[in-house]
Amino acid sequence: MSTAFVESVDVSGGEIIRPETTLDTAPTDSILKVRGLTKRFPMPRDRFFGPRPTLTAVAGISFELVAGETLALVGESGCGKSTVGNLVLNLIAPTEGTIAFEGEDLSRADAARWRARRRDMQLIFQDSGSALDPRLTIDRQVAEGLDIHAIGTVSDRLDRAHRMLEAVGLGGDLVGRYPHELSGGQQQRAVIARALVVEPKLVVCDEPVAALDVSVQAQVVNLLQDLQQAYGLTYLFISHDLSVVRHVADRVAVMYLGRFVEVARRDVLFARPAHPYSRALIGAVPAARSRHGRKVHPVALAGEPPSPMFPPIGCALNPRCPFATDRCRRETPELRSLAGGGLVACHHAEGLP
Amino acid sequence: MNLRYVVTKLLRAIFTLWLVVSFVFIVLRITGDPTEQLLPDDVGEQTRDYYRTLWGLDRPIWEQYLLYFKAAVQGDFGVSFRNSEPALDLIWQRVPKTLELGLATFATALALGVPLGVMAAVWRDSWIDRLTMSFAVFGFSMPNFFLGILLILLFAMNLRILPSSGYGSWEHMVMPVFTLATAFAGAIARFTRSAMLDVLSRDYIRTAEAEGASLRRRVWLHAFPNAAVPVVTIIGFSLGGMIGGAVVTENVFAWPGVGRLLTSSVADRDLAIVQGIVVLVAITMVTANFLVDLAYGWLDPRIRLGPRGQ
Repeated sequence: MSTAFVESVDVSGGEIIRPETTLDTAPTDSILKVRGLTKRFPMPRDRFFGPRPTLTAVAGISFELVAGETLALVGESGCGKSTVGNLVLNLIAPTEGTIAFEGEDLSRADAARWRARRRDMQLIFQDSGSALDPRLTIDRQVAEGLDIHAIGTVSDRLDRAHRMLEAVGLGGDLVGRYPHELSGGQQQRAVIARALVVEPKLVVCDEPVAALDVSVQAQVVNLLQDLQQAYGLTYLFISHDLSVVRHVADRVAVMYLGRFVEVARRDVLFARPAHPYSRALIGAVPAARSRHGRKVHPVALAGEPPSPMFPPIGCALNPRCPFATDRCRRETPELRSLAGGGLVACHHAEGLP
Repeated sequence: MNLRYVVTKLLRAIFTLWLVVSFVFIVLRITGDPTEQLLPDDVGEQTRDYYRTLWGLDRPIWEQYLLYFKAAVQGDFGVSFRNSEPALDLIWQRVPKTLELGLATFATALALGVPLGVMAAVWRDSWIDRLTMSFAVFGFSMPNFFLGILLILLFAMNLRILPSSGYGSWEHMVMPVFTLATAFAGAIARFTRSAMLDVLSRDYIRTAEAEGASLRRRVWLHAFPNAAVPVVTIIGFSLGGMIGGAVVTENVFAWPGVGRLLTSSVADRDLAIVQGIVVLVAITMVTANFLVDLAYGWLDPRIRLGPRGQ
């Protein structure tokens, strides 16, 4: 059962993909190494006899994060991008694959080791309203991370929480408020303070601004960037919003049905998306059509994404792709490097109109 | 605590009490003549009139009502028709015994229901979840009197390890408490489980997990306090059911509490006693609901404070 997906982007065999050399990033200090990450969810039996169907949310993904960079995961809802975030933080257990953080293989870590390691790996949720405990004032919640990891003295912790809240723009009497007494943007700032107070190295931002008004989105995105500068943070930035991604990301990974279809530097991807799916996504953003005079030739995809329970044979996009050939219907394309930089999983990336 | 919140609740509680007392007073007066139950069949109309005058039943109903209220407010609930003792004294003698049963039941049900519900939610679909839910369904689908009789059959008649009825030692309490607590614990377990499942799926629990909080911390510091509001509600509601159950259970086990006094007084149409007990039960319920409301405010800052401007 494991053979179906390992062929996609597993690089342990040492073939084409060496992200250190192909991703145009500084090769030295990768903070997170993910290899062949796969998550299959067992589904309820649909027939009384017969095997239990499984849903493959993430199918053999590999990537690395370099300290200080922002890698964005983009894709439609249901493509598995949030699952990747949860897998990286071990909030759900992977079916296959390894996660190494600062060289430590965490797939072998026990629960206690994971709890200790979480100080360095934090999470910022999409819906700040429900990411805060309604019964506790926000300074108490920010201080909780310090309680959990026994950072500082008991009396010191509330002070540190207040300083952190000040740093995200929640000073004065706001610190003693309950979540329901704050606006959406203020709640999201509190969530950010809560994640950053333990001084993490890696932060998974799961749609951090999707629930906010557009006017507030820009403020929070700028805050995240300022904090990244100030604390040297590494972001795994999960979003379906390409205009936000374009603003924050150093590199972008485009996901479709649990796989990476294209990984490239932001400028390269937005100027010359190579995969038909990336072209469809980016071509759909009005601002992306004419930036720098380079027009992204939009691709119209047919129909809806298929169910991840029954992915198509061959390239996952083939039933919807206008360029699909017989090869695409037979053979699953692997991620390979392109001459222009970046990685793409498409048999015909170079020859497309 | 917000003073206006408390005063509103208090006024509402007094209004409820007045409604209950009035309703019971009127229903009892218009459904029959106490002298027919309490006096032998062969006494003459003169004797009946004498007692009607003695108990004040000859006056117009609104006058009786006003007199009753005037006395009741001063703590006088009239005298028992059966033996002319003050109704309040008769009831008051029984209260400690019912309270004993009630508190033991309450403690047992909480000690059983809350941990079971929490464990069932944390380990959803495990054997402990299935066991708890089976117990809950058993608990509230089994009528009190039937469970009581089954227990008597098993432990008193067959095994002969517990006394079948009566009042005295702790052994006498085991079966009545278990009978009453089963339904109560089942309801608490069920509501605790569903409230916990709801809260455990919230993002702030996942945030706490991502932050490195242990399971114990997530459950008892974040999840349970937030799940407690619906649990407290159901405890408040169940109290009414428990009082009803206590009436039945006290009769099954011949427990000399308020419940037994109530059934015998209703049978005899001893109006003063019945009214007194109903008022007592109403006060208990209203107080319980008032405490539940106060608990909400204490448990949930959104109820306590309201939005404080943004």
